[in-house]
Amino acid sequence: MTTKTINSIDRRRVVNMIMTSLTAVCAVFAIAVLVAILGYIGVRGISSLSIEFLTDTPKPVGEGGGIGNSILGSAIMTLLAAFLGLPVGIAAGVYLAEFGRNWFGNTVRFVADTLIGVPSIIIGIFVYTLVVLPMGRQSGFAGGLALAIIMIPIVARTTEEMISLVPNSMREGALALGAPQWRVTWNIVLPAAASGIATGAMLAIARVTGETAPLLFTALNSRFYNYYLDQPMSSLTVQIYNYATGPFEVEHAMAWAATLLLVGLILVINILVRFFTRKKF
Amino acid sequence: MESKISVKNLDFFYGSNQALYDISLEIPEREVIAFIGPSGCGKSTFLRTLNRMNDTIAIARVDGSVVIDGRNIYAPGTDVVALRRKVGMVFQKSNPFPKSIFENVAYGIRINGIHSNKADLEERVEKALRNAALWDEVKDRLNSSAFGLSGGQQQRLCIARALAVQPEVVLMDEPASALDPIATQKIEELVVELKRDYTIVIVTHNMQQAARVSDRTAFFMLGKLVEFNPTQKMFTNPDEKLTEDYITGRFG
Amino acid sequence: MANTGTKGDKVFQAIVFAAALSIILIVAAVIAVMYQSAVPSMERFGIGFLFGREWKPAQEEFGALPFIFGTVTSSVIALILSIPISLGIAIFLVEQAPKKIARPIAFMVELLAAIPSVVYGLWGIFVLAPLIREYIGPFLQASLGFLPLFQGRITGIGMLTAGIILALMITPIITSVVRDVLEAVPHTQREAALALGATKWETTMIVLGNAASGIAGAVVLGLGRAVGETMAVTMVIGNSPQIAASLFEPANTIASLLAANFAEATDEIYMSALIEIGLVLFLVTFMVNAFAKLLIMSVARKTNSAKHA
Repeated sequence: MTTKTINSIDRRRVVNMIMTSLTAVCAVFAIAVLVAILGYIGVRGISSLSIEFLTDTPKPVGEGGGIGNSILGSAIMTLLAAFLGLPVGIAAGVYLAEFGRNWFGNTVRFVADTLIGVPSIIIGIFVYTLVVLPMGRQSGFAGGLALAIIMIPIVARTTEEMISLVPNSMREGALALGAPQWRVTWNIVLPAAASGIATGAMLAIARVTGETAPLLFTALNSRFYNYYLDQPMSSLTVQIYNYATGPFEVEHAMAWAATLLLVGLILVINILVRFFTRKKF
Repeated sequence: MESKISVKNLDFFYGSNQALYDISLEIPEREVIAFIGPSGCGKSTFLRTLNRMNDTIAIARVDGSVVIDGRNIYAPGTDVVALRRKVGMVFQKSNPFPKSIFENVAYGIRINGIHSNKADLEERVEKALRNAALWDEVKDRLNSSAFGLSGGQQQRLCIARALAVQPEVVLMDEPASALDPIATQKIEELVVELKRDYTIVIVTHNMQQAARVSDRTAFFMLGKLVEFNPTQKMFTNPDEKLTEDYITGRFG
Repeated sequence: MANTGTKGDKVFQAIVFAAALSIILIVAAVIAVMYQSAVPSMERFGIGFLFGREWKPAQEEFGALPFIFGTVTSSVIALILSIPISLGIAIFLVEQAPKKIARPIAFMVELLAAIPSVVYGLWGIFVLAPLIREYIGPFLQASLGFLPLFQGRITGIGMLTAGIILALMITPIITSVVRDVLEAVPHTQREAALALGATKWETTMIVLGNAASGIAGAVVLGLGRAVGETMAVTMVIGNSPQIAASLFEPANTIASLLAANFAEATDEIYMSALIEIGLVLFLVTFMVNAFAKLLIMSVARKTNSAKHA
């Protein structure tokens, strides 16, 4: 072995050590960012949380108040979005998984994937022009519709994925008994994929619960408890945005507290989904 | 008998499952040694202990020693990178890199800094391709993708790639199992040719292949070395009844 | 399509087909509705709309260039910061860390992607912006202040802050795709390199070579997200329609322009101009995402063909 080769082995080892440690540093950095974000939310948010804060409506600055109406609004619009979006998304996913091995299926798949990446504010503008302008005012319905549109492609793709995990032998077993295709899908495939589809749906719901941009000019905001879908409706996210960008210290504190609630909910859903799917597979 | 590789009391575990039991065997220099046995008998696992390829499996554990040129490769502080350069390997499925034919062979030379200049590099690539009996087929398209070669050519390219770093031992893990009979024949001729310069250990599930190419044969079953003898003797007058049963096809 | 002939099958198929079709119809409707609303602006300003540098709604002067500039610049900053980190995390998770460590870390990175945009914005305003104003900005100015990029007053709100927030937001997305792509590289490629005496890092380089187009796809996907990211950027970029050399200066992006001004756009031409610029954003992100998808799909095809070779 020449000296040159020995040197080169030393150099290679050093490069190897530096680069592999750098990748570990990157991973540590990601964890640090997560801890920094969640930590801040926890510390700053916890101090403003109270029963009154969770149930009250906004009051003029300095008089306390809460986000009860925003919690209700987020819940109503998310439920509406699930009600409108889940059936369409799941049905589209069934189509893709069971009948989608053709050019049309490929096109839908492709369009769905690209639609998932389209900024959600665009959906807000779309619903504004389609619903808000003709109705003459912002409404909880418009907000829920915008969220539903965002959910559809996400749910469709996760549903397809979950259904394709169902072993083909199950389908063939039922088809061999003379069951028509739709019965096989309805009675055999969907139940087998149900828990997977449900977790996909939960993740989609968590995702739209955190959406702000599509609600800004569809649902707008409201200072009151509002149960009517044709009226402007408050949401946690829009309220956080308003409080955070406002000038008042007390409102900033309320933004952190509302964020604690929102992020807590989203993390709990994500962690539960993770826990259950790991157990299953 | 001058031993190139000397294995003593080797046990191998995947987690809590023992895959190899107390293997001891001596591999002489510049011979072809064939490992045969039913699938799952541990012959490939054993082959991979000879260049510590099993290190890539997190739960793998090895007891015993493998001494190559007087050094136990499982001793602490062993340079695995240097070991693998000395003990090359060819895999069951050809696995060329997504690079040109030339760059595939040049890769090992480059990372190890073996060449002194560009002309030397080209010379070494050519020599490796000639040794792998591939040069004439590819010399006009060295810069085209390796994926354009046939299965048999890809496998010989992988052999050339392994030879280019000047190993002393070449391990081959069923190198012809995915190939047609003509490509297989070429690989077999190559193996016989290569033993002039290299010590070769070849795993095969094909007993005729073992009989054709090897000087010695080791028969494995259920993780144990049943018999290790000159190939001539193994196939005519084995010591063990079990070996005879296997070779004559009494079980599969 | 299966032709079983029973009535139930036909009804069932029609329903799920309609649902699938709706996805395409949504995209078609978004384009049609936005195009229609953008027509007045297009007719009035023509192609010059995209190159105009002035944005003065009160004088009915609408030039989109500052927002295009802001969108491109903030996204480029985000990519420059995010690409090495994302690659590093993905390599660590796939090539280096034992499964026991890799799994929880991968989950934590996924959680970063689950945090809503508005929360990143909140954190950006109250944690990152002060950090930049007090430490990062002055440090950059001291070391690189000879560049126009790092001159001027540091308020903590501006292009750089937006770029960093975007980088944090797209890192989990790029990481996750790169992870998938690396995992799809056949194990035999790693073994081949190791057997030639390659070090761990040299082996990783072979794996990256295999995954190159998929990694490109991941980066393009991250670019698509950065271009369309709205709330967090709106909250930290300063919403000022200017083209400034300094990264410390406030700026604006297309998405944050829409978020901050759409609700107050009352007259028709103002709204039409906003929708036209929104349409540009839609088409750009749609194409960027489609391109990313094609790149990522090409990897899936290549590794499949390599398996069969």
